[in-house]
Amino acid sequence: MQYILTSAFASNANSGAYGINSAMEGMGLVMDDGRIKHHPILEFKEGRKVRFTFDGKELEGYEGEPIACALHAAGVRVLKESPELKRPRGFFCAIGNCSSCLMTVDGRPNVRVCVERLREGMNVITQKGKGVLLADK
Amino acid sequence: MSSLLTSEICVVGAGPAGLKAAISARDMGAHVTLVDSEVNLGGQLVKQTHKFFGSRGQFAGMRGIDIAKLLADEVSRDPSVDVMCESQVVGFYEDGTLAIEKDDSIQFLKPERVICAAGASERMLSFPNNDLPGVYGAGAAQTLMNVYGVKPGNRVLMIGAGNIGLIVSYQLLQAGVEVAAVLEAMPHVGGYDVHARKIQRAGIPILTSHTIKEAHGTRSVEDATVWALDSEFHPVIDSERYFEVDTICLAVGLTPLTELLWQAGCRMVYVPELGGYAPLRCENYETTHPGVFVAGDLAGIEEASSAMIEGVVAGLSAARSLGYETDGFEERLRLAKNELEALRQGPTGQKVRQGIRRLMALREVGEGI
Ligand SMILES: Cc1cc2nc3c(=O)[nH]c(=O)nc-3n(C[C@H](O)[C@H](O)[C@H](O)COP(=O)(O)OP(=O)(O)OC[C@H]3O[C@@H](n4cnc5c(N)ncnc54)[C@H](O)[C@@H]3O)c2cc1C
Ligand code: FES
Repeated sequence: MQYILTSAFASNANSGAYGINSAMEGMGLVMDDGRIKHHPILEFKEGRKVRFTFDGKELEGYEGEPIACALHAAGVRVLKESPELKRPRGFFCAIGNCSSCLMTVDGRPNVRVCVERLREGMNVITQKGKGVLLADK
Repeated sequence: MSSLLTSEICVVGAGPAGLKAAISARDMGAHVTLVDSEVNLGGQLVKQTHKFFGSRGQFAGMRGIDIAKLLADEVSRDPSVDVMCESQVVGFYEDGTLAIEKDDSIQFLKPERVICAAGASERMLSFPNNDLPGVYGAGAAQTLMNVYGVKPGNRVLMIGAGNIGLIVSYQLLQAGVEVAAVLEAMPHVGGYDVHARKIQRAGIPILTSHTIKEAHGTRSVEDATVWALDSEFHPVIDSERYFEVDTICLAVGLTPLTELLWQAGCRMVYVPELGGYAPLRCENYETTHPGVFVAGDLAGIEEASSAMIEGVVAGLSAARSLGYETDGFEERLRLAKNELEALRQGPTGQKVRQGIRRLMALREVGEGI
């Protein structure tokens, strides 16, 4: 399941290099639960709602969105504890490049939750330390 | 270990550069495998809701998201382009073999030519507590809100008033997020005036000659201290100001994503004007590793229009080197190179021109690691 972007706005004349259409200024926006409900340009076609657990608590998110997005929308920003100084860490790049977002998912450590897609019933745990490499399957 | 797959040309990365490279190589008659780690093709374009200027009227006035859709449709429809989404290239061996991870398993592909167009990554900035959750790359904030519809925070401090910092600040407002201020270490705004004015009209201060001193918070960002910088970029005593914010976005520049090129043994040189280490390459965008071409931000940080044209040059040249020939080839290549040059004219292109000059000079003298 993926999120499909559609531009609800017909294109106006270009308002310059890197231009933003000024017609959208002042549009009303409604927010709910960390999710954008209405946006002047984008429509978010949400997937199926699924349940998953985060450190034992039950949360909801949309199937197919990155786990980090579902957590963030639910107000969870701390994803792991750093191995040496035990500091809280969240995501940084959100595209799978930096390893700042490693969590333990369904028993598997070091999962980059900014790119790992959410599925029904996943068990997501704040990772403490480096995690253990699993033996070859 | 799985068996070794083959293909004529493998394009790594389906941003504007990779998409155009694939299309151009295909136009010459080559068979292309296009690999991208994301679900959606388009690279940075999939999160850019603002209108772009295109080269020579091409795509002018279109939003990034719409350009992405157009190019993605073209390659998806084409039987001579194999598209592999959600597939990350994790290794590039010196013999030209690529290791590609998909669904937790690795496939090996040994194409005859490789065009690397993996884009860029965001720079970090050092300040106390920069590792706190809530300190995000501006591109990360953009991905969260524009691709997945999730607010990156409630109140944001933006660091950097280049185009990215300004555009993302405006997009944050559109997503219903407050922006406390935009900081810029330089004495002037780096991005275009149109963007700066939009931000200012919305009542957001742009503090030039200012930077972040420190972030604070126990589990995540709760506030931030900023201070002024003098003409030598030293902090000004007693100039501290506090901002209550839950998110700090860094828009302090990009650097080419070159790990794969290092692995393959392409010679690399440090060119600050191009964003850091960049591959040595010839006019046709072939690196020092024969058969390995580059295009887009990975070849030097620029913009989407130049990334697309570099993609054209690399795509045409890679196909040509395999023996493919079409009537208009020479003319198309020449036009693309002219177009690149035209794009880099004027004051905004000065830095890039200087960087490329430096790159070419280093190549002449055989520099590079
Ligand atoms: C906020 C913002 C606003 C901008 N506005 C403009 C504008 O108005 N006009 C303009 O011209 N430019 C603009 N730009 C710049 C433009 O987006 C980039 O220069 C352009 O996208 C670079 O294209 P690219 O194809 O080189 O890289 P990208 O678009 O970054 O694409 C790289 C692709 O490679 C994939 N990839 C990376 N590594 C791997 C791997 N190992 N395996 C598989 N796939 C991989 C990535 O998933 C990605 O899809 C803007 C940039 C930003 C961030
Ligand atoms: S946030 Fe960078 S890898 Fe997930």
